[in-house]
Amino acid sequence: MRVSLFVTCLVDQLWPSIGVSTVEVLERVGCEVVFDERQTCCGQPAFNTGYRDEARTLARRFIEIVEAAAADAFVSPSGSCTAMVHHYEDLFEDEQWRARARAVAARTYELSAFLVNRLGVEDVGARFAGRLTWHDACHALRELGVRGEPRRLLGRVQGAELVELPDADACCGFGGTFAVKHADISVAILDRKVDEIEAAGVDAVVSADASCLMQIGGRLSRRRSRVRAMHLAEVLASVA
Amino acid sequence: MTALPPTPAGFASNVRGALGDVQLRRALRQATSLFATRRLAAMTSVADWEGARTRARAIKDETLRHLDRYLEQFVASAERAGARVHWAVDGEEACAIVAGIARARGARTVVKSKSMATEEIHLNAALAREGLEPVETDLGEYIIQLAGETPSHIVVPAIHKTRAQIAALFAEKLAAGGADDVASLTATARRTLRERFADADIGITGVNFAVAETGTILILENEGNARLTMTLPRTHVALMGIEKVIPRLADLEVFLQLLPRSATGQPLTAYQSLITGAGGGVDGEGPAELHIVLLDNGRSRMLAHPVTRQSLACIRCGACLNACPVYQQIGGHAYGSVYPGPIGAVITPQLVGLARSSELPYASSLCGACREVCPVKIDIPALLLHLRSEVVAADARGPRRGERLAFRAYTAVMARPWAYRLVTRFARAVQHFFRVGETVGRRGIAQRIVPALGAWTAWRDLRPLAPRSFREEWKVRRRRGGPPEGGSA
Repeated sequence: MRVSLFVTCLVDQLWPSIGVSTVEVLERVGCEVVFDERQTCCGQPAFNTGYRDEARTLARRFIEIVEAAAADAFVSPSGSCTAMVHHYEDLFEDEQWRARARAVAARTYELSAFLVNRLGVEDVGARFAGRLTWHDACHALRELGVRGEPRRLLGRVQGAELVELPDADACCGFGGTFAVKHADISVAILDRKVDEIEAAGVDAVVSADASCLMQIGGRLSRRRSRVRAMHLAEVLASVA
Repeated sequence: MTALPPTPAGFASNVRGALGDVQLRRALRQATSLFATRRLAAMTSVADWEGARTRARAIKDETLRHLDRYLEQFVASAERAGARVHWAVDGEEACAIVAGIARARGARTVVKSKSMATEEIHLNAALAREGLEPVETDLGEYIIQLAGETPSHIVVPAIHKTRAQIAALFAEKLAAGGADDVASLTATARRTLRERFADADIGITGVNFAVAETGTILILENEGNARLTMTLPRTHVALMGIEKVIPRLADLEVFLQLLPRSATGQPLTAYQSLITGAGGGVDGEGPAELHIVLLDNGRSRMLAHPVTRQSLACIRCGACLNACPVYQQIGGHAYGSVYPGPIGAVITPQLVGLARSSELPYASSLCGACREVCPVKIDIPALLLHLRSEVVAADARGPRRGERLAFRAYTAVMARPWAYRLVTRFARAVQHFFRVGETVGRRGIAQRIVPALGAWTAWRDLRPLAPRSFREEWKVRRRRGGPPEGGSA
């Protein structure tokens, strides 16, 4: 299967190893991966802050990029950016654009949902020695309905022990511009999450979104914790 | 205490106060997680919870589509049964109607049961101007009234108070002994309130549901105080938002499954009072007259817009407050509005205007927990996003000018891959001047130039831009003969 990588701007600029890992995992399960360098940002920050015209501009060009891709699927290591593409339809009144947005959304997948639901793969041949816990990224969970997929994938990683947090599905407090507009509330929410992660005695907290991981990882590191924040793709790519 | 108006500065200062209040946060954490746990347990006793949500929402949608018709039917049925119905276009008119009823009857004492609609129109203050002091008879509301505060939760008005705080309050105001066990506290309140019921001239209640076909109003409660309020005084005044109407008595079946479970995790409230008309019935008991005040106060404006209409489906269960990570941290008072939490952030701007509450739609991480628990499936995140776009649209030359410029610049860059490459390369080059170890520094020139950066690094380390972006890595891989040529790049 030919897959076009929807890398997201955050991963592209801040955490490229997530993108590289995603490519490695997809290739390992037999996909051919292509990447369209015209892609930038999906427009989510503008949309979530109320700037719909700006979001629409970026949505239009993203739709054109997906349509031009000679690939069976667009796959992203981010639940929230994938959810944004699934929201594109709401940005348009014109029925033609709405139909194009729907078609693009139908081809755009979050990584774990693509592996488990589209490819039917749960064991990607990964090895990772350590205790892990899963943080449900809100948009992957509540916009896309991704809950069991990443847990099944992590359950098949050799050497890894998966422990559940008491409130794995509680928000980490990131929320896009919310994290800086209301930084104090954002961090109060975050500390509850980080307290739980530290109490779980894990080596790494794993999630499906670079944004949540920046938020959780940034606080873990500020609190000088030994727990690492890792993306699902990084764990799945690991063979050490 | 008068809550601060929710201006951006007012909201920020409310939040600082709330986050610094250790007792408040402990009380909130305990109560919200207790209600969330009870709700989950109560849900399991409904065979098809999802189906019930869908049916309830369908009934609300149907009612709202033909609200004019159902209201007229309700008024006709209620008046046929002996009630007097009044229409109030806004809070001021509603207060004047209630005050007029009190004046005409020479009322001197008023008892009240819990009602968010009366809070919304500030009825107590209006009656105080008439020389009347309505006594709140719901325990939580009574505590709030004694403390001179406003409710901080739709269902649990004193959720922010600890037992010790309530005992101290009762000792001060009611000369109680200071014991802080639940039995002593409720005994004190009951003793004081019973006397008030006995000599009240008017009883004021809210309404949970109003049935169009029969003219019946339903009031749910747990303490029996609402039933006393509506039966002991000669005159019963019930205030309801126009969205409370439902078509048929049989529709109550689904709402009675959903509301108590979502609100307090109870299979059913201890009391359900169905009132049809007045006049004492066959045995001459109950109030001689029933006045029902129908309150619009901005609701028909919500009804007119297809996106915001679903805000009127709300049955005021408060489940979204308990589930909200923001509410769990800051509580209800910080919102500075009568209706707090996620649904409050949706309703308040529509009631008072966005100009006076522009910050509320942003008081959310958009995590979607509210939508997940809502018994009538209101898409609160979508409504918040809609309201945010309205804030931006109304603020062409306002205080968001800097933000607007930033988003224009962002869009201009993101729409041009060459500009994106250029800007990110530049940022990568200059970030070295600000770097401390593995992370971008906490306080420095960069934070002063970009306040958002400072807001992040005050509490969190910031991951720096990677030495090489993914697209650069991709080029290297391709040169190495890795994956084949990509896309149409």
